[in-house]
Amino acid sequence: MNRQTRIANALAQALHPQHLEVEDESHMHAVPVGAESHFKVVVVSEQFGSHGLVARHRVVNRLLQGEFDHGLHALALHTWTPDEWREKGGAAPASPPCRGGSKTR
Amino acid sequence: MDVLARIDGQVKHSPIVIYMKGTPQFPQCGFSMRAATALKECGVPFDYVNVLDDPEVFQNLPRYADWPTFPQIYIGGELVGGCDITLELHASGELKQMMAAAVAKAASQG
Repeated sequence: MNRQTRIANALAQALHPQHLEVEDESHMHAVPVGAESHFKVVVVSEQFGSHGLVARHRVVNRLLQGEFDHGLHALALHTWTPDEWREKGGAAPASPPCRGGSKTR
Repeated sequence: MDVLARIDGQVKHSPIVIYMKGTPQFPQCGFSMRAATALKECGVPFDYVNVLDDPEVFQNLPRYADWPTFPQIYIGGELVGGCDITLELHASGELKQMMAAAVAKAASQG
């Protein structure tokens, strides 16, 4: 099972998202082919309703701790409630291009 | 000094500090660049720590903050978030207000 699938499964199981996108963006960065290091996640879940953004990101980061411990390096993260997602028209911002810093880790 | 105490000192001493890869003038990571640009656009002075120049902070900041990635932005001694949250706060106009309030509070405390 690749990292993309593992991330999707972990988040789907814990957060029962109404909408979930997991994208491997490693090819945008200065890492070897197949590095599975840089990901973008959009997760829309009712469970975020009572939490601020820092708490929401911590929930997701904790669910993915095992991946961070084993080579997950960057996570562009967009965590919204279904209402917020509707207000935003159902689209997340594009991730930035690399500037070389991940070579050092 | 213990590295966590050193980080805590930086975070509490600066009204606004960003831990980033590179500098605001020469960022070395796309996420760090976007976050630093958002802070600059607010027109309020801020401090930065280049984690690529400070391996000890690089290694230990994630456990200080229970936050696994860089950049990390602190305003008024509190973690505001990373790149994505900072950009959302900038888009809504909250970021500038938070930065201005933190600077004003620090000034009033001398």
